[in-house]
Amino acid sequence: MTTHYLVLSALLFAIGGVGVLVRRNAIVVFMCVELMLNACNLAFVTFARQNGNLDGQVIAFFVMIVAAAEVVIGLAIIVTIFRTRRSASVDDASLLKH
Amino acid sequence: MEPASHVASIIAHSGGAIGVAWLMIAFPLIGAAALLLGGRASDKYGHLLGVLMAVASFVVAALAFFQVLGFQPGERRRGVPLYDFIPGIAKVGLLVDPLSISFCLLITFVGSLIHIYSIGYMSHDPARRRFFAYLNLFVAAMLLLVLADNYVGLFVGWEGVGLASYLLIGFWQHKPSAATAAKKAFIVNRVGDFGLLIGIFTIFATFHSLAFADVFSAAGGASSGTLTAIGLLLLVGACGKSAQLPLQSWLLDAMEGPTPVSALIHAATMVTAGVYLIVRSGPIFQGAEAAQLVVTIVGVATLLAGAIIGTAKDDIKKALAGSTMSQIGYMVLAAGIGPAGYAFAIAHLITHGFFKADLFLGAGSVMHGMNDEVNMRKYGGLRKVMPITFVTFLIGYLAIIGFPLLSGYFTKDGIIEVAMEHNAILGWLAVLGAGITGFYMSRLVFMTFFGARRWEPTAHPHESPAVMTWPLIILSIGALGLGAFLIIGNRFMTFLAPAVGAPEELPSFNPFTATGLVTLALVAIGVAFAWFRYGAAEVPAVAPRGSFLTTFARRDLYGDALNEALFMRPGQWLTRLAVFFDNRGIDGLVNGLAAFIGGSSGRMRRIQTGFVRSYALSIFVGAALLAGAWLVVGNL
Repeated sequence: MTTHYLVLSALLFAIGGVGVLVRRNAIVVFMCVELMLNACNLAFVTFARQNGNLDGQVIAFFVMIVAAAEVVIGLAIIVTIFRTRRSASVDDASLLKH
Repeated sequence: MEPASHVASIIAHSGGAIGVAWLMIAFPLIGAAALLLGGRASDKYGHLLGVLMAVASFVVAALAFFQVLGFQPGERRRGVPLYDFIPGIAKVGLLVDPLSISFCLLITFVGSLIHIYSIGYMSHDPARRRFFAYLNLFVAAMLLLVLADNYVGLFVGWEGVGLASYLLIGFWQHKPSAATAAKKAFIVNRVGDFGLLIGIFTIFATFHSLAFADVFSAAGGASSGTLTAIGLLLLVGACGKSAQLPLQSWLLDAMEGPTPVSALIHAATMVTAGVYLIVRSGPIFQGAEAAQLVVTIVGVATLLAGAIIGTAKDDIKKALAGSTMSQIGYMVLAAGIGPAGYAFAIAHLITHGFFKADLFLGAGSVMHGMNDEVNMRKYGGLRKVMPITFVTFLIGYLAIIGFPLLSGYFTKDGIIEVAMEHNAILGWLAVLGAGITGFYMSRLVFMTFFGARRWEPTAHPHESPAVMTWPLIILSIGALGLGAFLIIGNRFMTFLAPAVGAPEELPSFNPFTATGLVTLALVAIGVAFAWFRYGAAEVPAVAPRGSFLTTFARRDLYGDALNEALFMRPGQWLTRLAVFFDNRGIDGLVNGLAAFIGGSSGRMRRIQTGFVRSYALSIFVGAALLAGAWLVVGNL
């Protein structure tokens, strides 16, 4: 049974990964990152269920907390960049190069 | 008085003029410091202060000399301890004995006269104060050299003399030739100093002390091989300072300095240091026959080379410089013979100090009157216009060629007799040298003071002022009588005996030996030949081309060419090779490495695009690779 959950988790992770790599809009990229995190959470919970203990569920909670903190800081950065550059495209923020 | 073949021991002493012998060094040293630090403010009295310091030093030397005379001969070696540098190991002290006090008297007396003469000679020079400061430094260094009771003190004085000679030869440093000559003197002296230094190291390694007293009392116990090595190394030092072959090349160029400097270098100081070193280190040389043989050969070779160079020079100072080389060669020859020759070497050194200073200062007086012209072909007939200079110069000339009863006759013939007894070949070569001396000195005198007046139209020769002629007169008195005073009755030999030893049998002075007569005949032939060539005949205004031999002598026996071919050119090639290796090898490696890193990092920099998505891709690829690797390894 767990196989289905894990396949779903892998699919969600792959969709998130591809989204991070191909999308230019920072908000969408951000959402894709969230998708990847939650795909991981699904896998954790699945394994917790399979093993019959709470370790995976505890980790999932940690991931959610860290993701929440990350969203706060990440959104703040994106908003700041948008204010100064009038653009939310990640390709425009390319000053950090040679 | 019994002749002592062994050297007396040293007695510690602290009273009277000997106890304050350090004042001899301190006076001129203070003078040099005051004049150099005093600046323009001391311009007015600088020359007088310099003279005063030199004379004060002479007074101390004279008092110390009479105090030494007052002791019994066996008690005439007095050590003056000054300072325990490292208690029990290194002491600093002075040694006042007949040998060192003889040198002190010569240096301070002739030095003082040269100081006085310089007042007149340098009166038009704006840097006269600096000149006197250097003269004082020279005298102080030379006195330290002869008074030190150990090899380190001697070496310090030795180097001080080298420094002072460098400063004085290059005194007119605005002339490139003078600056070059100063550097040449310094560098050639360094070669000699190097030998002396290694010699001193060897002495310390062998005897574990550098004090003369310790070294000489232990010299008998050392192997003759060690003593020979030390002797030869000391000889290298002596060759450098005394301008002996093969380190003679600096002396002729040293004429670029003001004439009183030439007189000081050639008569009282500097070139006599090598003779002093050999005589002082007598116990070492007496244990090393091979070294003694080399010393005598160097002496004879130099006395002939100097004489030959002297015959071809038209520059009055260079002709005199050649004669100095030659006369120092006689002294080195005598010093190489051993106790039999020491007294004659030092006696000739002292009389030579007088007549050579007389000749040089006389030449300076001539130049002073002739607008600093040095070419003797433009002199002639000066005896009428410069009577005092002429008479004093004539006395110096007669003394140097060994005219009977003048100074050089006693001391040089003494050396020739001793050399003849020691080795007939050396003796006959020394006789030949005396004959050539008769020729080139007569040539110099005839070209300068006799014959037609070949002056430049602008020249108005005149007699020099009294401050320059009086030193000449005093020196010529020394040139007249000092030799007879020192040699007749072996006065000087018995005086020196406690310091350097003496032969078992004192020589008796005999004016009619075969050697002496042959020498006189050869000298007479030389003088006559010079008279027919340069006195009776007309002297051409431009030097004739001359034969191969003339060119050989004019070019200083190709000494400079030899040095250039043997040392300078290979040295230049070596430095060029080193520069090439440095540029291409060392720098090439370092610069190449830097260029490689710079270039490759320039290429790697292009990976940094600034696009966050490409960074994300590389992270993904990396993570995928890691995961794949883990899977592979984990499944193994």
